[in-house]
Formats: sequence, structure tokens, C-alpha cells
Amino acid sequence: MQDFNYHAPKSMDEALAALRGAEGAKLIAGGHSLLPVMKLNLAMPTDLVSLAGVPGLAEIADDGDSVTVGAMCTHAQVAASGVVQGRIPALAAMAEGIGDAQVRNAGTIGGSVAHNDPAADYPAACVALAATIVTDRREIAADDFFQGLFATALAEDEVITAVRFPAPDRAAYAKFANPASKYAVAGVMVAAGADGVRVAVTGASGDGVFRVAEMEAVLAGSFSAEAVAGIAVSSDGMLSDGAAGAEYRAHLVAVMAKRAVEACG
Amino acid sequence: MSGNGTGIGASVKRKEDARFLTGRGRYTDDINLPGQLYGYILRSGMAHAKIGTVHTEAAKAAPGVHAVFTGKDMEGVGGIPTGWLIHSKDGSPMVEPPHPALATDKVRYVGDCVAIVVAETKEQARAAAHLIDVEREELPAVASIEAAEAEGAPLVFDEAPGNVCYDWEVGDRAATDAAFADAAHVVSIDVVNNRLIPNAIEPRAAIANYDPATGDYTLYTTSQNPHLVRLLLGAFVLGLPEHKLRIVAPDVGGGFGSKIPHYAEEAILTWTAGKLGRPVKWTCERIDAFKSDTHGRDHISTAKLALDADGKFLGLHVSTRANLGAYLSTFATCVPTYLYGILFAGPYTTPAVYCEVKSFFTNTVPVDALRGAGRPEATYLLERLVDKAAVELGMDRVEIRRKNFIREFPYQTPVALQYDQGDYDATLDLALKAADWDGFEGRRAEAAARGKRRGIGISTFIEACGIAPSAVVGSLGARAGLYESGSVRVHPTGSVSVFTGTHSHGQGHETTFAQIVSDMLGVDFDAVDVVHGDSAKIPFGMGTYGSRSLAVGGTAIYLAVEKVIEKGKKIAAHLLEASAEDIEFKDGSFTVAGTDRSKSLGEVALTAYVPHNYPAGLEPGLEETAFYDPLNFTFPAGTHIAEVEVDPETGEVELVAVTGADDVGRIINPMIVDGQLHGGLAHGIGQALLEECRYQEDGQLETGSYLEYTMPRAADLPSFNINHNTTLCTHNPLGAKGVGEVGSIGVPPAVINAVIDALRPLGVNDISMPATSQRVWQAIQQAQG
Amino acid sequence: MPTVTMTVNGTQRTGTVEGRTLLAEFLREHLGLTGTHVGCDTSQCGACVVHVDGSSVKSCTCLAVQADGAEITTIEGLANGADLHPMQEAFRDHHGLQCGFCTPGMVMSAIDLANRSPDPSEHEVREWLEGNLCRCTGYHNIVKAVQAGARAMGGGS
Repeated sequence: MQDFNYHAPKSMDEALAALRGAEGAKLIAGGHSLLPVMKLNLAMPTDLVSLAGVPGLAEIADDGDSVTVGAMCTHAQVAASGVVQGRIPALAAMAEGIGDAQVRNAGTIGGSVAHNDPAADYPAACVALAATIVTDRREIAADDFFQGLFATALAEDEVITAVRFPAPDRAAYAKFANPASKYAVAGVMVAAGADGVRVAVTGASGDGVFRVAEMEAVLAGSFSAEAVAGIAVSSDGMLSDGAAGAEYRAHLVAVMAKRAVEACG
Repeated sequence: MSGNGTGIGASVKRKEDARFLTGRGRYTDDINLPGQLYGYILRSGMAHAKIGTVHTEAAKAAPGVHAVFTGKDMEGVGGIPTGWLIHSKDGSPMVEPPHPALATDKVRYVGDCVAIVVAETKEQARAAAHLIDVEREELPAVASIEAAEAEGAPLVFDEAPGNVCYDWEVGDRAATDAAFADAAHVVSIDVVNNRLIPNAIEPRAAIANYDPATGDYTLYTTSQNPHLVRLLLGAFVLGLPEHKLRIVAPDVGGGFGSKIPHYAEEAILTWTAGKLGRPVKWTCERIDAFKSDTHGRDHISTAKLALDADGKFLGLHVSTRANLGAYLSTFATCVPTYLYGILFAGPYTTPAVYCEVKSFFTNTVPVDALRGAGRPEATYLLERLVDKAAVELGMDRVEIRRKNFIREFPYQTPVALQYDQGDYDATLDLALKAADWDGFEGRRAEAAARGKRRGIGISTFIEACGIAPSAVVGSLGARAGLYESGSVRVHPTGSVSVFTGTHSHGQGHETTFAQIVSDMLGVDFDAVDVVHGDSAKIPFGMGTYGSRSLAVGGTAIYLAVEKVIEKGKKIAAHLLEASAEDIEFKDGSFTVAGTDRSKSLGEVALTAYVPHNYPAGLEPGLEETAFYDPLNFTFPAGTHIAEVEVDPETGEVELVAVTGADDVGRIINPMIVDGQLHGGLAHGIGQALLEECRYQEDGQLETGSYLEYTMPRAADLPSFNINHNTTLCTHNPLGAKGVGEVGSIGVPPAVINAVIDALRPLGVNDISMPATSQRVWQAIQQAQG
Repeated sequence: MPTVTMTVNGTQRTGTVEGRTLLAEFLREHLGLTGTHVGCDTSQCGACVVHVDGSSVKSCTCLAVQADGAEITTIEGLANGADLHPMQEAFRDHHGLQCGFCTPGMVMSAIDLANRSPDPSEHEVREWLEGNLCRCTGYHNIVKAVQAGARAMGGGS
């Protein structure tokens, strides 16, 4: 790993200043997306700016019809949160299924969302639940936030502060994990709420999270596993690797969608 | 053998655990020597390339760098040797190309060592290594057996036409052909034995030191066999005499065969330390371990079984092609031959067996022993074929096996082995009962109601462990003896140090061997310590592999204890004014037979070291060494049964039950033995369901980290149902056979037979290892057309 | 170069590190606490698990500077003199270790589970251990040890 300057700001202003202070600066939250790629020299930031000391980023707030999760909340914190379990149990369950126990203890929602790994779970939850990504300067709808492989709407010096999830009427997440990495091969979040029915898929496509319009349309008419079971997903644009080829992934998307609908009860 | 609370047969808690559980183990990477520098090995990123000048100026000028050495610098140093010379069918010796520690003219696999950079810190060494500019011309690579044997394939070595190392055979071909001519049925099968990456959780590491004042070299290394490393490194590579080269294998975090070979890095480090006169430390990163630890398995085979009308086996013909990788690792050549072909009688009376094995060089990591080494490959093929025969003949899978079991011992197989003892019916019956084989159809129906396809599979198998005897293996090409040494030193006050040439890297020798000695000598278990892993302390040793430690190493210790007792009798007789012939030794006391006159071992030991009143002509001291060269292999055997549930929608295979009934010979510590069985089962299940090393056509390793290579995790496995039926090995005094490899040998075919059993109603009749969800799903799709 | 101060096994420790120094490296190389092992470079094997402020964390995926000011417990900090921690004792009693290399991480991970779930089921233990690889034991005895250790802890470390 290439060495870097480490900054531990105590406020958002200090964090922004540090981020703007060096061209190769990057934010670090839990480090579970960033450090592994830095070890492989796939990322070589000159400066790391930690958000750990910035107050107010690790809280979960019950807003009544929505839940706001601070960017520095760990996956374990989200999974164990009474608020999340009460309002959006599917989100708590999804967080409980991320990585392994130690990853959940350190990895954060902000880090995961900002990294936008095509096999990460949170992008599917954000899109299916029609979440809003809150930054130091604006709010961005999840549909607009995720922009393909490792790409987001964030500006270079922009900091995610929270993610706001509207509480759905019902939602569930079904994931088929890569047996080695445990990342999603096909992860499907299905949610029905004020924004209608939304089906978001992670892990399968080279472009990252995507919605399945045909499933959403069918489920809007009849929210049942049978309704969605007949819908085949095209393998065009699907990722393909040794663990899962494109066709198998496409098939798994359909199966996971069906199981997520079943799990919605 | 008293079988008391800490004696033979007792599940004594391990001596090793106190240090491992408190973080006080001492693994190679935990060792730091004053003034040490750090080495980083630059490895080839290309599978096959000519290399020209290696420009090291920039690296040498980088901060903290002390030296950079390349293959050119090491010219004149010996190559890495291989330990077994195989002869081909036509009598010609195998092709044995040179293996320079640092590549000279060519690199031959991704991971091949190109240069070492030595610097003040690891980071400096690594950073500088990336400044090395290697002039290279990429050559076409062969990354698989199929590619290596193709017409006009690129050659890994010019001296190996067709990339063939040898074309070997065992058994009587004519007799086997004749058996097929008379057969009522012939059943054929094609199988691939998937390539595996060993993945001991401790990465390899080494620290070499050179003392210019004495000329002594010391190498701390993650080895299963330090004396073997000393022999190969000293005599063949660096030309150092044994007394100037000390090899220490301290606590080692798992081996599974991958820490048997003498590796190039050990030679590079030791040579570099000599050049610099300072200790040099190297720790392999996992990402490099994937492409430099020897791999295992990698066979393609076709076989046919001849049967009579009643299902009795008449003949077996096996043709195998094996991948040896880019260079011949220490035991690479004997694994697909003498640890493979000779297993094909299995537990069956097949009168005619023939096996031929053609081995190939490829541009991949060298292949060597991996838990089971050859025997899992043979057992997998045989047990898949027997299952297929049962299906094709419409016979019961259990009955076809039972019909062909060997029941008279000793039994001479048609492929060189003589089994001394066994009871295959007993382990079969035990396993069937423990697994509730008869109740399976009910479970199948219950699973079907949940939308799952449930299947059950069986494997009945033998192993050949504790490879021996030296004279025989020598005549077959082994370049080392296969005996073991054991020394027992009774100290003046009666405590005991035991020295073994085997090495413990998880097996619990410090406990098991102490149990044997404590039991035999009647001394407290806590008064016995076992020393291993240091060539300066141990007389000699061959190390630990092939499930040999108890049967061979334990026997050496047993014999040394007997010598101690014999000498003790002479001392006691003198003290008791009796004849040595009249002295009996029991429970730590030397007693004049028929009297209550006795001397304790402690009294005798003290007398031996303070010989004021002592037998004339007898040497003082109470320490004995025995070298034991076994008369035969040992033959553990057993039955494994696996039960799976397949999700037909996703292809996911859930392993729901694993039952083993094993005969591993005398059990010294049941707790440790069961632990060995569990670990072997997990390894075998990993091969059957999860693990697969894949190379791209250009020789790039596709499964180069834990993100791509699936290691068995806790949630992938059930708890295991372990059962024992013991028959004793007849040719060692402990009656021990071996247990370390049982699971990895026996269980893979049981798992795959279970998967096929589950899928057969869907029209699937074959599946390759590993039965990943994608592979199973594809097989179902294909069968459903 | 940054200076870090943390409480390690109850003792305050200070050291000068590089930004890139991993917590695992700080423990092993700066403090000589070699009980924490490193078995991979992709955050999978779990041999390096320690507790940071009471939660199990992979110390190979945590910068030393990130742990500045934290409370760290490593495998060396569990036993009370000659008395093993109940989880260590359970691993010994149930033969939950062989080569010992994955053991420190296993034990630290197991204690974190026990703190959350005082009587975990076999299924729960197996799922929890996803981030800890063992090549020796087949996990069979580790699972038993973790269950027994959790019960022996009686709902707290």
C-alpha cells in the first residue's frame, strides 16, 4: 500500500477543507471498500480524510414515514437498530446479510453507497426503497445517484451525510451470494409503498444496480410470486465470471425476485 | 498399555493449546532476528516468456534497498531438485528439466521467481521490486493438460517433447485386457479431478541467517519436514554440509502437503543471507501464495470396469493424464504414480487391474502433494465408477460393493500392494446404520414436499499410508529413505524429553506422543515433553506427510522407549542384585519377578546419571534413539456416506449429513483422531462442492484470491457423524494406521454420488467436481433439454 | 509520521506509525503482540480479528490511525494470569483448534458473538463464523467450542 497523509477532522468544515486541500484526497469511513483496493494499489490516494471524528454522522432517526440512517452507521448498527427493524425490517435484514460479522462491525452505509460496487447490497435497497442520498450540500434521489460501475452523482469534494429511506408498506431482499466472496451474484430488493412497486437488482449487471420495469408493472397489478415468476430477465449486459455466467445470473435474478416477493408475505 | 486418564486411548487435552490459545505460539513470521532485512520476491506476471536483461539499477537505488539479486546472480547455484525418479513404460527415465531458484532464461508460470529485493522494510522492498524492469518476450503458454498435449503445442521445456514428463504404468495389461474379453458387462467413465489450491491459513514464510564467524546458516521456515529441506537445500542447491545448515520449522500453521516441498524461496533467502551476512526475512502474501504454493490434484481420466453377469468385478483399466505444472516439485512425480495407480484395487477383489499415467508439464504452478495426494484421485474415480456400474447393471449400490469386498488377509492386490488387515463389512455396516441408509427414501419424499431434491451417496475405500519400506520405494525411484527417528531422553530426575523427526503443524504430536511415552514408562503425562522441528535438536527425520506420523514416527518412539526399558532393567537388576532377565517393568517400576522388590524409573534414571553403584561395562545415561523403517504401508479403510439436498431452481447443493465409519488402526487420542477426520472431511467436501483452481488459456490464474477461490466455511458444512471400527495394523507395534487424510480421500465420491442420486430423477447422470450451483443448474437445464 | 495512542489489553500504548500502517501491523510489529495473525490480504480469513471498542474487527482492514484512542483487546489480553477466558477454555476442552493459526481470530470473533447471543444455536454460530476461515478442524469442534464457551461466559465477557 502506498503511504498517504491521514486527516482526522473534527467537523464537516474541516473534513471538506482537507478533502479540497489535496488533489488525490479521498474520504475514508469504515475502510472496508477502500483499504482492500489500496492494498492492491488499485487506489493510491495521497491523503485520506476520516469521517470518524465528524459529529452527528452515526445516528439513526425515526422520521415517522421514513428512517434516516447516518452515513457513518455500520451495517451491524443498521441491522440491530430497533427503528430500522420496526419501520423497514427488510433493510435491517439486508444489512444483517452484508459480508461477515467483522465487515458489518466496521463497514458503513455511506462508504458502501459512495463506492457503488456493482455487487454491493445497499444500492439495491436504496433504489428499491426510493431512498434519498443526503450530502453536505444537497439531496439526491437514489435513481439519480447510482450511475454505473463504481460511479455516482457525487462531486469530487462532496460528502454523504445520511441516507433517508421512506418506510414501505412491504419489502424484502433476496440474495444469491458468490460462494467465495459472498458478494451478491444476484440481489433483488422488492418494495411496495408510496412510490408504487419497485424492483432493484444488484450484483448481476456490469452497470451496477438496475430496476426491472416489467416486474414492477406486473407486481403493481398483482403483487404475488406467481405474477413475477413468469418474467424472464435478459442476460444481455449481465456480468459473467467463473462463479456465474450471464445466463445463470439472469436466471437467478428472476428466482431471487420471486423469492423476495414471497418473503414480502 | 494402561489406558489410564492420560494414557493410550484417552482423549487428553492438548499440550499445544495453552500457547496457541493465548497468542503465544511461535510461527515463522513471529520471529524477528536482530539486524534483519526484508526480502520481497518479484514474480513473473506472464505464464511463459523469454527473459533478457533484468534491469535492477532503479530498484538498487531506491530508499532502504540493500541488494537486488536475479537469476544471473545465482548462476552456479544448484537447481531445486525433485525427490522421485519415475521411469516410463519403455524403461526410459522421466524428463527432469532444471529448476533454477530464480529464473534465468525463461519464466514458466505466473508466480515464477524472478528477483529478490532486500531492504530495510517490507514496504521498501516491495516498492523497489516494482522498479525492476524485466526485458521479456512473451511466449505462447499451455495452461491445461488439453493444451499441453495438443498437436503442435508450445513446449514448456524443449527437452520434453509433447510436454510429457513420463508415461508410466502399473499392473498387468494383458491380464486386464483378457478380463475385458470375458466380461458380461463393461462400464466406462470419464472423470476430471479438479485442481485445488491448498491454502493453509498460515502463509509460507522464512528467515535465513548466516554467521560469518562460524560459517553456520540457519533457516527458519514453514516446513512439514525440516530435515528434508536441509538435505535438499544443503546437498543439492547450495552445497552446504549438514552441520553448517540448521533448519527450524517452528509452529507451523497447517501444511496439508503444501509445506512438504523444498521451495525456491528457501534457497533464495538462505543464499541471500549468506551474501549479505545479515538475516533476511520473507513472508508470502496470500495473493502470492495462490500462485506459488504448490497446487494439488488436476487429473483427467478415463476408466472402464469389467464385470461378470452377477456384478463381480473382473478387471479395471484406468488411463490418466496428470498435470505436473511448470517444474517438478519435491514429490510431484510420485503423487500421480506410486500414490495413485497402486490404489486401484480399492477394497475390492478385482483380479486384474491396469493403470497408465501420462504426466505433463504446463505453464502453471508446480503441482505436488495435497492432503491425500494421489489417493483421493484414485478413490474418486473408482467409487464413481462402481456407482455407475450399479446403476447400469440395475444393482443396489451397497450390494455391488459388498459383493466385491476383500475378506481374506493378507491380500495381494494386482497393483503391488499387500493389505495386511481390514474389515470392510464392519465399517460398511456401521456407516449404513449410523446414516440410517434404510430410512433415506422417507427423507427424500419429505424433501420433495419442500421442493428440494434429496440424494444419498456412498463411498467404500482404502488408503495406503505411511509410505514404505525404504528399500522398496528406493527401487521404485525414491531419492530418500522413508523411515523415521525417535529419541527418548529420561532426565536424571525422571522427566522425559522425546525427540521426533516428524513435525506437528496441527496434528497434536506433542500430546499424542507424550501419551505413548507416559503410558509406556509410567511417568506423569506432564513430565513428558515432545521436541520437533529443529534439525539441530533432532537426530534425523523425514517429517510429516502421508498420514505417517503415528504409524512410522510413533513406532520409532515406541522402539526407543523399549530400548530405554531394556537398559533400565540392567540398571535395576544391578541395584536389586538380581538378573536383568528377572526384572519386569510395569507402571514405572522395575520389579524382580515374583517379589515386591522394585526400583522406580526415577531411581533408575538417577542412577544412570550418578553411576556410583552401577553395572560394570554399562554406559551411563538413559537416552535411546531408534530408527524405524516400516515393513509395509498401512491400510486405513472406511465407508463415507453423504446426504445432500439440491434446490432445483438455483442449483444450490446443501450438504445435510455426512457419516463416516473408519478404521484407522489403534487410536491413541480419540479427540485428536476425530479432529483429523473432521478436517479431512471438510477438505474433501471442499473439493467436491466448492474448490476449483481455474487458469485462463494464457496461463493467468483466474482464482487468485479468496474472492474467487471458495474455501469451505462453517456454514457450508454440517456437523459430522463419526464412527469407528478398529482393526490393528499387523506390522507396527502400536497397531496404528493413520488418519490425517481419511476424509479428503473417502468423502468426495460420496458427495458427488449423492448429488447425482438427487438429480437422477431429473435426467442428470453425471456431474463434475466441484458441484457448484451454476454447474448443477446447467446440468439440470441440459438434461431437461 | 502520525502518533497513535490506544489502550491495548488494558495498557495505554503509544507509537509512531505511517498512515498506511495497519492495526495488525502495529500490534504485531510495533507492540510485539504476535498472537494476532495475518492470513490473507482481502479481508476474508479472519485470523487477524481483534476487538476495537468491544466489537470484533479485522485488524488487517483497519489503519492504526483509525484505531487512535480506541480500546483494543487481542488474544493476549483474554486470560487472567494462568486462568484462561471461558472461550479459550472451551476451545481447549472441545479441541476447537489444531494448528492454532486461525485460533486467535476465531476466539475473538466467538467472544463477540457470545456477547450478543449468550446461547447461540449451531446455525447461528456457523453463520457468524463466515469471516473466519479454518483449514484444519472442519469447524465441527469450533462450533461446539463456541456454543460451550458462550454458555460458560454466561452472557458477558
